[in-house]
Amino acid sequence: MMKSLNAFFKSLLLIELLQGMAVTGRYLFARKITVQYPEERTPMSPRFRGLHALRRYPNGEERCIACKLCEAVCPAMAIQIDMEERADGTRRTTRYDIDLTKCIFCGFCEESCPVDSIVETRIFDYHGEKRGDLYYTKQMLLAVGDKHEEQIAKDRAADAKYR
Amino acid sequence: MEFFQSLLGPAWPVVWTLVKIIAIVGPLLLAVAYVTYAERKVIGYMQVRIGPNRVGPLGLLQPIADGVKLMMKEIIIPSGANKKLFLLGPVLAMAPALAAWAVVPFSPELVLANIDASLLYIMAITSMGVYGIVLAGWASNSKYPFLGAMRSAAQIVSYEIAMGFALVGVLMAAQSLNLVEIVNAQKGSSFFSWYWLPLFPMFLVYLISSVAEINRAPFDVAEGESEIVGFHAEYSGMAFAVFFLAEYANMILVATLTALMFLGGWLPPFDVAPFTWIPGFFWLIAKICFVLFLFLWFRATFPRYRYDQIMRLGWKVFIPVTLVWLLFVGAMMQTPLGYLFH
Repeated sequence: MMKSLNAFFKSLLLIELLQGMAVTGRYLFARKITVQYPEERTPMSPRFRGLHALRRYPNGEERCIACKLCEAVCPAMAIQIDMEERADGTRRTTRYDIDLTKCIFCGFCEESCPVDSIVETRIFDYHGEKRGDLYYTKQMLLAVGDKHEEQIAKDRAADAKYR
Repeated sequence: MEFFQSLLGPAWPVVWTLVKIIAIVGPLLLAVAYVTYAERKVIGYMQVRIGPNRVGPLGLLQPIADGVKLMMKEIIIPSGANKKLFLLGPVLAMAPALAAWAVVPFSPELVLANIDASLLYIMAITSMGVYGIVLAGWASNSKYPFLGAMRSAAQIVSYEIAMGFALVGVLMAAQSLNLVEIVNAQKGSSFFSWYWLPLFPMFLVYLISSVAEINRAPFDVAEGESEIVGFHAEYSGMAFAVFFLAEYANMILVATLTALMFLGGWLPPFDVAPFTWIPGFFWLIAKICFVLFLFLWFRATFPRYRYDQIMRLGWKVFIPVTLVWLLFVGAMMQTPLGYLFH
């Protein structure tokens, strides 16, 4: 009896609604934590898995030895590799394509690579404007690697003791 | 002004009225645009976000950008729709939202048509708004808009009763149907003489039913973006924009009516020196903004009512509450305490 009477007046006097409005009213003045994206960015892990890159050794030789482990491990079958024996007797790729529209950014290619050649970088804000723009060829991947080698090397070094 | 008067001759009254209409509708549509901006900002802040801030300084040009975008978009008419009725829908929603402003006083003198029964006129005109929604849902020939239109029709019709009874309380207290006189009847030494206090339950009922009347959260089942998209699901481009404008114009209208009938219109909160220096028009604007802010606050706070809960609230709570308070006010007016209710 008392309980239902209590509930009746509680709803009639809009008590709970006013309490709810007090909560939103307080948050109106709360400090805003929005990150203004292009100007500000959230902190990022060295393990971040973004756009792929192919790395080179400091002497300019590409690392990839066309072992095709990444191609084999890729769960999305996004990697295609062709290889040949070069004049100096080493295995090298003639083709190393990643279809980024298939890629699920699991990082298995990077994990599987015995020479740290294929890596995933911190770059996540890239785009394609027409069909095929996100089909990255060997040249494009090497270019990404060349451009960001410093950051890539730093991230690998930071993560090295956990691998 | 006399020059133009002699130049136009008999056409003068028509032209002058048109000028006055434009002077009301122009700022109104601008206000509508910026209410959408305020809504996004206020709700954003309450959700610990910052809202639009990219287009122009502080995002102030955002509503303009939205408007341009909607104007550029194609108006798609579904192949199964009745083309004429489909396009008549937005017009019928917009027309009453604007027509009601004809009798809204902005100060004792500043009113387009100071007719005797302006409250009645507003009740009649705003009831027309639902036809636009029903027509839109019907003419779309599509199930979700149809559902939305049916919900909206039932909801608006139900809440109009409670709202009407709440207004009966106001006109009993003011003993007039004229909005200017209703505001003047609230004149007193301070804001305690405004009708929100003696008619407090009416004020709450009116405020809440007006939220239901304009189909806004938490009574937005007619639109219900997350479940049925609503009566304007098939509309795009400018046809959609007109519905949008109508909704926000109605919102401002209802806020204005609340300010006029319960919050003393253009009267200052205290009838003493520093408050009376500010022109009444600005007091009215301030009160309208306050009520509009409440609407946004509601939307940021309350989850959507279930449809049967809306009906229960309208029929089983609001109508009894208003009826009881009507009797109470009527009885009290016959006692020596009656002056409290005038």
